[in-house]
Amino acid sequence: MDSLNTYLFIALLLFCLGLFGLLQRRSLIGMLISVELMLNAANINFLAFNRFLSPDPATGQIMALFVMGIAAAEAAIALSLILALFRRMRSIDIEKARELKG
Amino acid sequence: MTPAIAQYIRPEVVAYIAFGLTLILVFGGALLAVLPKNIIHNVFGLATSLVGVAGLFIFLGSEFLAMMEILIYVGAICIAIVFAIMLSQPMHLQLPRRYRPKMIFSFVVAVSIFFSFLGIVTATHWEPALVRGGNWGVARLGRLLFTRYELLFELISLVLLVAIMGAIITAAALTGEDDRSGDKEA
Repeated sequence: MDSLNTYLFIALLLFCLGLFGLLQRRSLIGMLISVELMLNAANINFLAFNRFLSPDPATGQIMALFVMGIAAAEAAIALSLILALFRRMRSIDIEKARELKG
Repeated sequence: MTPAIAQYIRPEVVAYIAFGLTLILVFGGALLAVLPKNIIHNVFGLATSLVGVAGLFIFLGSEFLAMMEILIYVGAICIAIVFAIMLSQPMHLQLPRRYRPKMIFSFVVAVSIFFSFLGIVTATHWEPALVRGGNWGVARLGRLLFTRYELLFELISLVLLVAIMGAIITAAALTGEDDRSGDKEA
C-alpha cells in the first residue's frame, strides 16, 4: 500500500483494461469510456511519482489537473462528434462509419 | 467495545481495509465499464471506477485532486456521456454483435502490452529525489498556478474555450445542413 510499485501496477492494470475496451468495443461511446479509463491510469501514475519520487509535491498535482482539463475538452469534442455522426449515419457503430474508406 | 476487539482495530488495519475497498471500486467499476454490452451499465461502471480512483488519490496524499476528480469526471464527463447516449443511441433497437476475432485480438494486444510494461516497471530502479519538499497544501497549488505555471494555465483555459465552441458548432450548426443534404440524397 505504501510503495511506488503497487500504484504503478494498479495504474498499469487500469490502463490495459481501458486499452482492451478501446480495441474491442464497436460503439463510439464505449470507446470514449475506455479512453477515460486510460487517462485516469495516467493520472494515477502522475500522482504516484509525485508522492514517492518528486522533489516538489505540487508539480505532479498540477500536471494531473492539466490532464483533467484536457480530458474534459476531449470528452466535449468527442461527444459532439458522436452526435454529428449519429445524425448523419443513424448509428454510432464505428464499423458502419466507413464512408471515407477508399 | 470489548478490549479484545479494540486491539484488532488499529489504524493500519483500517487503512488496509479501506485500500482494499478502494481497489474493489476501481477494478469492479472498470470491468463494468468495459465488459457489458449495455452502454448505460458502462457509464455506471465508469462513474464507480472514477470514485475509486479519487479514493486512490486520497491515499496518494492529494485530497484536492480527489475532489476535482469527482467534480470533473463523475459530475461533468459521466453526465455528458449520459446525455450523449440519450440523444444518440436507441437503446431498444439493436445491441451490436461482437466479433470473436476482434475480442481475441484486443485481448492479446492488451495482455502483451501489460506484460511488457510490467517488465519495465519491475526492471527500473526508481530513485527518489534527494531533497523532497513537504508542502502539500492547496494554497501552494494555487500560488504556483498563477506564477510558475501561469502560461500553461491560460493555455488550458484557451483550449477548453476553443473545444467547447467547436463542440457546439459540430453538434448544432453544421449537422442541420448535413441532415438536409442527406434527405435530398435519400
